[in-house]
Amino acid sequence: MTYLRRASPLHAARASVAAAYCAALVTAAFLSSHPLVLAVLALAVLGAGLACGVGSRVARSLWLSLPMGLAIVLVNALVTREGLTVLVRLGDGGPLGQLDVTLEALAFGAKEALLLVVVVAVAALASAVIDPDEVLRSLRRVSFRSALTATIATRMLPLLALDARRIGEAQRCRPQPPGRLAVMRAITANALDRSLDVAATLEVRGYGSARRPPRTRRAASRHDLAVAASAVALVALAAAWPAPFSYYPTIAGSFDASAFAHAAALALVALAPFTQRRGISR
Amino acid sequence: MNALELHAVTYSYPAASEPALRDLTLEIAEGEFVVLAGGSAAGKSTLLGVASGLVPHFHGGRFDGRAEVCGMDLRSHGPAALAGEVGTLFQDPETQVVMGTVRAELAFPLENRGYEAVAVARGVEEVALALGIESLLERTTVDLSGGELQRVALGAALAGRPRLLVLDEPTSQLDPVAGDELLALLRRLNEEWGTTIMLAEHRLERCLAAADRVIALERGAVACDAAPSGFLEWAHRREPGLETPGAALIAGLGLGPPPAGVKQARATLRAAGLLPDVAAAPEPPGDHSRSPGGWRRHRAEGAPALQPTLRLRRVWHELAGGRAILADVSLSVRPGERVVLLGRNGAGKSTLLRHVGGLIEPTRGRVERSGRVALLLQNPGDYFVHDRVGDELDAEALREAGLEALADRHPRDCSGGERQRLALAIVTAGDPPAAVLCLDEPTRGMDRLAKRALADRLVERSGLGGAVVVATHDPEFAASFATRAVLLADGRIVADASPAELLSGGWYFATETARILGGHAGILTAVEAIARLGAGAGALESRA
Repeated sequence: MTYLRRASPLHAARASVAAAYCAALVTAAFLSSHPLVLAVLALAVLGAGLACGVGSRVARSLWLSLPMGLAIVLVNALVTREGLTVLVRLGDGGPLGQLDVTLEALAFGAKEALLLVVVVAVAALASAVIDPDEVLRSLRRVSFRSALTATIATRMLPLLALDARRIGEAQRCRPQPPGRLAVMRAITANALDRSLDVAATLEVRGYGSARRPPRTRRAASRHDLAVAASAVALVALAAAWPAPFSYYPTIAGSFDASAFAHAAALALVALAPFTQRRGISR
Repeated sequence: MNALELHAVTYSYPAASEPALRDLTLEIAEGEFVVLAGGSAAGKSTLLGVASGLVPHFHGGRFDGRAEVCGMDLRSHGPAALAGEVGTLFQDPETQVVMGTVRAELAFPLENRGYEAVAVARGVEEVALALGIESLLERTTVDLSGGELQRVALGAALAGRPRLLVLDEPTSQLDPVAGDELLALLRRLNEEWGTTIMLAEHRLERCLAAADRVIALERGAVACDAAPSGFLEWAHRREPGLETPGAALIAGLGLGPPPAGVKQARATLRAAGLLPDVAAAPEPPGDHSRSPGGWRRHRAEGAPALQPTLRLRRVWHELAGGRAILADVSLSVRPGERVVLLGRNGAGKSTLLRHVGGLIEPTRGRVERSGRVALLLQNPGDYFVHDRVGDELDAEALREAGLEALADRHPRDCSGGERQRLALAIVTAGDPPAAVLCLDEPTRGMDRLAKRALADRLVERSGLGGAVVVATHDPEFAASFATRAVLLADGRIVADASPAELLSGGWYFATETARILGGHAGILTAVEAIARLGAGAGALESRA
């Protein structure tokens, strides 16, 4: 989950605008209850990832979120008492009471799973396209101590991941590899050493002087404007023109032309900033 | 004004039983290039910590005496306040880079000093141009190699042009090429910018030629403070472990003064009529045959034709994107052989050892082992999982490793050499004994005595019939134990020969003695050179 520098409109936009775009995608997903709209939003996020050159990262996150989505569908079907269309009667479930699996509970679980898939995909997109240095720099102007914590954390995460892999390899080299608990202890002890090293580096680079970084004046680029407009339009469209779909007590909603038009409009708005590729660089 | 002034400084780390610095009084003038010498735990890093303000402000502990850094009293100025005047570079490049891109990394110290945006932008460009890293500015730091990371970290330390630059073994993780480049840069900064340099280094032969002064520390106190030749004279008499191979050679031949570098040593030998004529030099010893593939396969002189204990057959290691880390590597190692793997950072040495150790599988080809492989990776500390040395090994293994006196100590509190010994004992413990012992960069941060002890252990182990394969950047260490040298480049074996042949003719992958003698007769060490040239000196004297 690290920033990937690519030549794309979203990378070219300033970090705050890119973050707003990602937040707008998530907001639009939360405002929508129609499964078609959510599915199209997931595809739009994947499209945005592909347009940014980080498609494989977003696709992997989609793939990884599927088991969790399936778990949500199953758990919701088993624990929800709502819904009138009973598909399976599983009998007495002990402390869970009577277990009836309803069509509505399955459908609602699927909608929640789709929502999760969109959120995870947007998180993957955000981590790959939002420059953490720019975010931390902005944060340093607002809150020095929070920025310090965030700086150490962002630097420590990839370092600790590398260390954990290295220590795991070293333990495999022992004639009798130790248990997982012992390895975890070793990794934790190493993490403390590492955090001290990073903190010492921050000290000698003058971070402790707590001066606010200079304000850099930068005119809004065409990509800033396009991405910001897309973010605003996404939220406005999702809020002002909802595609109605309710799940309980019975499913009420349709996959009619209006729903398709709504989903298509959201996808177009989400992907519109990527049609303009002039003036971008790595 | 001096760059550093210490008056009767005594310092102890928290909970330490002994002080790390003892009654230290010294002055370092502006513009001096000072090398700090000494064995492990002599106090070099602590002294550098004082210069950067980390001691005592970051580490805590008890500090007595008075210290001034660039005119600022250490009692009232911490590392952040000193950062404007002092640039610091540590050993490990990975923990010294805190931002995501090179540009942000170089801008970071300038922003912390409250520079305006224009000054930050100018400072970043200037330092990038000065260090030749302008092409890296837009790169993300996670994509940089070890050498590139170290240069970027040096750039961050130099941003804003500090008056004092302190460096703690900055070349220990770099290959000889990157290490020499870094030292050349320091020399240029010292000569052209007038930056005061304080450099702690174990491989003194690499940096003495650039130094104005050497301060040798012993148990936290100054044992010698002199110009390089004076220091080498002192080392010859008092501390042979700190003597460079070139100085040992000249002293061993009864010549003087001790040379600080290759140029001076050659001049001394030339003046004495002992510098060999390289053009007329005999071929280095060794038995070689050229394979159809073009590179040389080597069989150690007199080695019996034993079945290989390790055989790599056309091994490839390719990444998902298609890049090959190892490309068509074939290598056979017989019992009793001691093979050194050489090559620049990223050449594929560590990956090759991981394949040998079975940590990763080849994407093509295969690895055949006739017994257990013991693999010691770069960080010995990664092998420790207990709070006591005595819990890491059984009593007998501990005694065999000579570590029984440390049984109650925490492994992380041991010295570099002790940690190395403990980790080596851990991977080689148990039955059956390992048929192949592989070590990846085992000498990082080790002083010369610890390296010598490790070389002796490797020779002893191969004498018992085990094969040894070691990846290292240290040609002096390689020459001290290896019977065979393999050079890797871009994942391929480009040379496979005797150490005398591989380590004598070149410049980067060569010992200091070999560089002084221009590769004459494959002589690699001062001891060999004294034996060979000493006979020549005797003949000269007889003629006279």
